[in-house]
Amino acid sequence: MTTATPTVGVGAQATEPTTRGARVRKRLNSRTATLVSIVIAVLWTIPTFGLFISSLRPENEIKTTGWWTFFTNPQITLENYQEVLFSSGSSGQLASYFINSLAITIPSVLFPLAFASLAAYALAWMNFKGRDWVYIGIFALQIVPLQMALVPLLRFFSTGVSIAGVQILPAWDLVDEQKFAQVWFAHTCFALPFAVFLLHNFISQLPGDLMEAARVDGATHPKIFRTIVLPLIMPALAAFGIFQFLWVWNDLLVALIFAGGGDETAPLTVRLAELAGTRGNEWQRLTAGAFVSIVVPLIVFLSLQRFFVRGLLAGSVKG
Amino acid sequence: MAFARSRQALAVAGVLGLALGVAACGTGDDKNSSNAGSAECGAYEKYDGHDGKKVTVYSSIREIEDERLQQSWKEFEDCTGIEIDHEGSGEFEAQLPVRVDGGNAPDLAFIPQPGLLKRFVDSGKLKPVGADTKAMAEQNYSADWLKYSTVNGQLYGAPLGSNVKSFVWYSPTTFKEKGWTVPATWDDMIKLSDQIAASGTKPWCAGIESGDATGWPATDWIEDVLLRTGGPEVYDKWTTHEIPFNDPQVADALNRAGTILKNEKYVNGGFGGVKSIATTSFQEAGTPITAGKCALHRQASFYANQWPEGTRVAEDGDVFAFYFPAIDPSKGKPVLGGGEFVAAFADRPEVQVVQTYLASGEFANSRAKIGDWVSANKKLDLNNVPNPVDKLSVGILQDEKTVFRFDGSDLMPAAVGAGTFWKGMVAWINGKDTTTVLNDIEGSWK
Amino acid sequence: MEFDFAAEQPKFLMLMYGLIAFVAVVGGLLLLLDVVPSYFARRREAQLVAASASGAPLPRRRKQGEGAFAFFFLLPTLLLLAVGLVVPAVRTTLLSFMDSSSSDWVGLANYRWMFAEDSIVRVLINTLIWVLLVPLVATAFGLIYAVLVDKARLEVVAKSLIFLPMAISFVGAAIIWRFVYAYRGVGDQIGLLNQIVVSLGGEPKQWLLNPPLNTFLLIVIMVWIQAGFAMVVLSAAIKAIPADIVEAARLDGTTAWQMFWRITVPSIRPALIVVVVTISIATLKVFDIVRTATNGNYDTNVIATEMYNQAFRYQENGQGSALAVFLFVLVIPIVIYQIRNLRKQREG
Repeated sequence: MTTATPTVGVGAQATEPTTRGARVRKRLNSRTATLVSIVIAVLWTIPTFGLFISSLRPENEIKTTGWWTFFTNPQITLENYQEVLFSSGSSGQLASYFINSLAITIPSVLFPLAFASLAAYALAWMNFKGRDWVYIGIFALQIVPLQMALVPLLRFFSTGVSIAGVQILPAWDLVDEQKFAQVWFAHTCFALPFAVFLLHNFISQLPGDLMEAARVDGATHPKIFRTIVLPLIMPALAAFGIFQFLWVWNDLLVALIFAGGGDETAPLTVRLAELAGTRGNEWQRLTAGAFVSIVVPLIVFLSLQRFFVRGLLAGSVKG
Repeated sequence: MAFARSRQALAVAGVLGLALGVAACGTGDDKNSSNAGSAECGAYEKYDGHDGKKVTVYSSIREIEDERLQQSWKEFEDCTGIEIDHEGSGEFEAQLPVRVDGGNAPDLAFIPQPGLLKRFVDSGKLKPVGADTKAMAEQNYSADWLKYSTVNGQLYGAPLGSNVKSFVWYSPTTFKEKGWTVPATWDDMIKLSDQIAASGTKPWCAGIESGDATGWPATDWIEDVLLRTGGPEVYDKWTTHEIPFNDPQVADALNRAGTILKNEKYVNGGFGGVKSIATTSFQEAGTPITAGKCALHRQASFYANQWPEGTRVAEDGDVFAFYFPAIDPSKGKPVLGGGEFVAAFADRPEVQVVQTYLASGEFANSRAKIGDWVSANKKLDLNNVPNPVDKLSVGILQDEKTVFRFDGSDLMPAAVGAGTFWKGMVAWINGKDTTTVLNDIEGSWK
Repeated sequence: MEFDFAAEQPKFLMLMYGLIAFVAVVGGLLLLLDVVPSYFARRREAQLVAASASGAPLPRRRKQGEGAFAFFFLLPTLLLLAVGLVVPAVRTTLLSFMDSSSSDWVGLANYRWMFAEDSIVRVLINTLIWVLLVPLVATAFGLIYAVLVDKARLEVVAKSLIFLPMAISFVGAAIIWRFVYAYRGVGDQIGLLNQIVVSLGGEPKQWLLNPPLNTFLLIVIMVWIQAGFAMVVLSAAIKAIPADIVEAARLDGTTAWQMFWRITVPSIRPALIVVVVTISIATLKVFDIVRTATNGNYDTNVIATEMYNQAFRYQENGQGSALAVFLFVLVIPIVIYQIRNLRKQREG
């Protein structure tokens, strides 16, 4: 099951055409496909590419001529990057925000992953009353706009919970970097519905006889979960991990509310939004800033891409 | 069995320990120790007695402005031992209500919209100022200003920084070259515009694009004109909704503004036709002046910071501003402006002390010396204002003849002032007629 | 530029606490679930031994429901969801029946406002256009591209390029495209689209000003982002189609077209559903694209953007909440579809 991952090579071999004509057609076919897909990919990337070229051009050029004039009149400057990376505002160094982003993102990816896979397993393979309704309920929660959750959640942190004047849970009273905990909590809440939906889809399609066999052998649910399910859904976890990583890394709103805007806790996005100017139109810094913030998610995606592809694959194989 | 049990115990202990650890690792940083004895601290003696206390401040002031602000109260912090913890956010207006409603309000907030301030008063979140602050505010600011932070007879904060919006930017160099003169009346201004238009240059440039605040520069235009055509009384009635938004006098003002803004002969120098105003960012809008593609640009004093690097802002420099002329000068000198108010969500003594200090002449002068700052504070010494445009602004604000009125869109309910009014102006520029636009806005004001 | 490492230390410490908490909570939970049942199992074993030794009848095995287990598996998720989403959802629903400052009940006034105001009706129509077009176009594109790239060389490169927009935030994407649509009435164009139009001999246009074209241009941005997601998921699913099925079809002389409709699409149905559902919900909720590109001017507004403006910028909590509730309502068809799906799956 883990290797239910036919590689491209295997697929190609299996369908190797037998006649010469077919082989030629196939090669042509593949060549056209390559060409067309590369052309589309290039077209797709042009807007981003334009931004990248712009980030290397001087401010005045960006504002007066199109980025494509770069090719006839190349003028390169690293000043925009210099400004974004090293300009030391009162709000501190970029590196400091970078660390904040990491400190926010890593636990905010791990917690929902673990909780959602536990929940998804229970909803897929345990028999209890009303499980479908629990699942549908969680699924439907995806639509709650997180903006609507900001005030109640903030109140939960800052004043605790009290019913009829009786304090049931105390306020968290966190300061400085401890506020990361609030951000983790918030991101985990907001990620869970989608995570449960995705992982449930995946786990419920694992072959039932595998579970059955384990049950017959006397394995308990936690054991099945650990030894059978977890290894099988690793790829799906990686897939969700990427999405959650992208989302948390690019988030501005949740961080602003729950961590604040200071350099002790605010992530990179807060700093970049600030750099974009008090009223938001400093193109030259915006362009460079956008690229600085894309780098990390891109590395994460590229390094997990293999995993990712294999991952979703196994899910759609019926046992 | 025993092994398993101890493992389990360990895990439980781990969870508990962690929870305790997280809760207990509060840091006690008291880096501030007062050095109240030194000479320059004499002026701050009246604020003493709160050593080691911390006051949190939230505002929309960011970046370099934030640095300057922090620098301006540094001496106060050093002398009194009060730590002022300032946080600036570009999402201030949206974030402040979330924080306040979420039970996480800052001690002080610099609120630029009297409408928002009133909302917090109505929901009982704001504390009225203490007696000291009130005395200081009344001493240093005119009643014209204080009325904007007074709700039901109670004062809720003194003004801080200000800006003057009734300015037209121009290039003294070009004016000298072409033999144009700075107009002193509205009619002169229109004559000048015709003269420039006849010479083949579009006289005016404008831009109202400003991200999610698109439209605000146009609202300033209309307000400035209404203040001139209708006078301050009509203006006040309009902002408080005593007369409807679509009152004929407002329509007059809008149409008069339209004779410039919607006149294809006049706009939009350097950018194209009338509709290009909607998509031109307000930051770029005036820049064609430096290239000679446009001659006049109506924008507030803070536009001084938007000129390309190397532009000399001075009366005899590359660019400067003149007062947006009155239509009937005998009725006085109407001035439109804005500013922020120091409102308190807490009434701890150290918070009130900071509030008082921020209303004082010491603060105003300390901040003005650092540059790029205007205030209506009467104690502000003009010699401490380095920048010529700021000097001009302070001069206007302190002028006895000035009839000051606050930016109307900041006085209206946010749904109108930061919503339908902005959007209506965008639609108006984009071709909608005056009556429909005004009726739509009136319809949204409940 | 000095970098004060010591100042950063508390952050790493906090991160470490976070990771320890993670290991402790998850590990602790699993351990607990492992230990407790095996304790009961042992006790039962002992009982059995004792019973057989004394010759008494074997104690009947209690029908063990899995409810207790499931409860613990679901506990963290349900707790977090209750605090983070259920309470807010209920609160939002209540607020939608109250006035702007949430102090008085106003009945259905906010909903009446929603359907009476022309501009809001426009918002509802736009949202419908978005939620119909984006999932359809993005999924179709993703599917076609996935089929195409399956046979291509340089597959990883091509896929990474299509996926790239996913790594950009919505705000970033909107900024990139505002650049593409930029307009200059005088002088050189700086927007690519107008440059193309001009070089083809046309007049430059203010793309974002003219409805209804501008809504479609904004939808392009969302499709640009989501197509990568669709492509990656569907491509993976296509690769998982068992080789023998494909081979058998090929031997039968199936054309590429028939292959696509008879083999590929049915085989990847579950993945298609995941993609369409996910993109639909993301589309309903997206607010920063419109906010950054036009802020809803020129008839481009959508519910989520208007909701944000009403609730946060205009302080109209009641109206903002009513719009949010309307979003809940829009998702009901998807929920019903999901329920039917689940039923089918259980039966099948």
